[in-house]
Formats: sequence, C-alpha cells, structure tokens
Amino acid sequence: MTASAVIFYLLALLTLGSALLAVTSRHIFRSAIYLLFSLIGMAGFYFWLQFEFIAAVQIVVYAGGIAVLIIFSVFLTQKSGELLPPQKGSRKFFSALAAFCGFALCMLQIVKHSFPLDDHDFGGPRVADIGQQMLSIDDKGYALPFEVVSILLLAAMIGCIVIAMKSGSRQEAIGSENASK
Amino acid sequence: MNTPGLYHILFISTALFFIGVYGFFTRRNLITILMSIELILNSVCLNFIAFNKYVWPEKLDGVFFTLFIIAIAAAEAALAIAIIINLYRSHNTIDVNAAEEMKY
Repeated sequence: MTASAVIFYLLALLTLGSALLAVTSRHIFRSAIYLLFSLIGMAGFYFWLQFEFIAAVQIVVYAGGIAVLIIFSVFLTQKSGELLPPQKGSRKFFSALAAFCGFALCMLQIVKHSFPLDDHDFGGPRVADIGQQMLSIDDKGYALPFEVVSILLLAAMIGCIVIAMKSGSRQEAIGSENASK
Repeated sequence: MNTPGLYHILFISTALFFIGVYGFFTRRNLITILMSIELILNSVCLNFIAFNKYVWPEKLDGVFFTLFIIAIAAAEAALAIAIIINLYRSHNTIDVNAAEEMKY
C-alpha cells in the first residue's frame, strides 16, 4: 500500500467518523466541532485530488465561515451544557433503515455502471485557468453564473440583515397597540 | 484495499450523503438539521470534483459547479441562521415541533 492510499484511508476515516458523530452526538456543541472536523477532512480530499484551489475555498468558506457561524448560533440559542432530548428508538431505527437502503441502492447503481475513465493525469487545474474560464464570456465561460451568484450573495446578505434585525419600531407599534386595547 | 480511485470516492460521498440524510431524519433541533444539510451539500461537491478529476480531467466544469455550490451553501447557511435566531427570539426554542404556526 502506497503512502497516497494510506492518506486516503485516513482521510476517509476522519471524514466519515466525524460526520457520523456529528449527526449522532447529543451535545450540540460537540456535534458542531465534529462537523468542523468532517469539513476539514473534505478539504483534505480536495488536496489529495490535487484541487488545491477548491481545498483552500473549502477551508476558508466552510471551516472558517460556516462552522464558526454555526458555533455562534449554538451559543446564541442553546443553554450551555444542556443535552438534546433523546430520540425515539423507532424513529432512529427507521431513519437508519431508510438511509441504509438509499445508500445500498446508490452503491449498487454506481458499482454496476462503468464510467468512461480517463487515465491522463493532468495533476489538477491551475488557478489562472480557473480564473480565466470563470470570467470569460465565450461559449465555455462562466461569467453569467458568476454574476448571478454574486447578486444572490448580495440579496442573501441584505435578507439576513432584514430578517435578523431587531424590529424595534414594529415591536413598539405592537406594544402601543396592545396598551391602547 | 487497492489504490483508491473514482469508485472509492463515490463510496465516501454516497456514505456522507446518507449520513446527512440520517441526521436530517432524526434531528429535531434546527441547527443540527442545518448541519446535516451542510454534510449533504459537501458530499455533492466531492462528487463533482471526483468526476472532474477521473472522467474529464482536461475540463474545469466540476470546479465551477463546486465553487457555485459552496457560494450558495454559504448564502443558505447565513439565511437559515438568521431565521433560526429570529425564531429563537419569538418562540424561545429552536425545536422544529415548536415552529408549526404556518402549518395549516
């Protein structure tokens, strides 16, 4: 077994093990930390596949951004040290059964299907190529989706601020309405 | 235990997807449901990258799809957390069973 294979199986162990713990742990804070490890394992897979740019984006956006956001929201909404209520055994069993059946079905299809594998090893894309193709406006360019995603991000940002804003004036209005009643 | 290739990565991404599905089914807390959704989105990203690497190594489309999925996942997580915090303010809990006012 080569070093590359050893690294692959270690990454698989890290990713799948911490993902399993993330969905089963009853401490919500621990579960968030396990999710963070799982995301870092995914970034490791991208490094292993030589997609360094995607791995960097994964670490910056997921491990650095989303995981911290989730941990913050855990702090804001959970009483510390409190366990999540235990699940019903039947619900756990049937969920596991459904997930396992879906997994078995997908794996059967994947194993039966033979993908047209390409053996050329280009050693991962260059960041300059990614940038050029993403912003080019010819047939293979991704300029339009890029612009759409940038507008989506702007809209999501404004939407977040509007949703999470303390609606002081509205609450005051409701309060004065109740008082007048 | 041969050298890992496309099928190994597809096994891992499928397993991650259904671990996320299991969490989505069993959890009753909105933040943990959001974490399961993040796992599912991540497994899809890994799929795109694996196909890009092993089936069309000279193209870059998988990279772009992954980048857009990551961007949309970030927007979705931020919005979901804004909604969760708003729900916590009004209901003082983030259990999905408590948020059933718009059910009927």
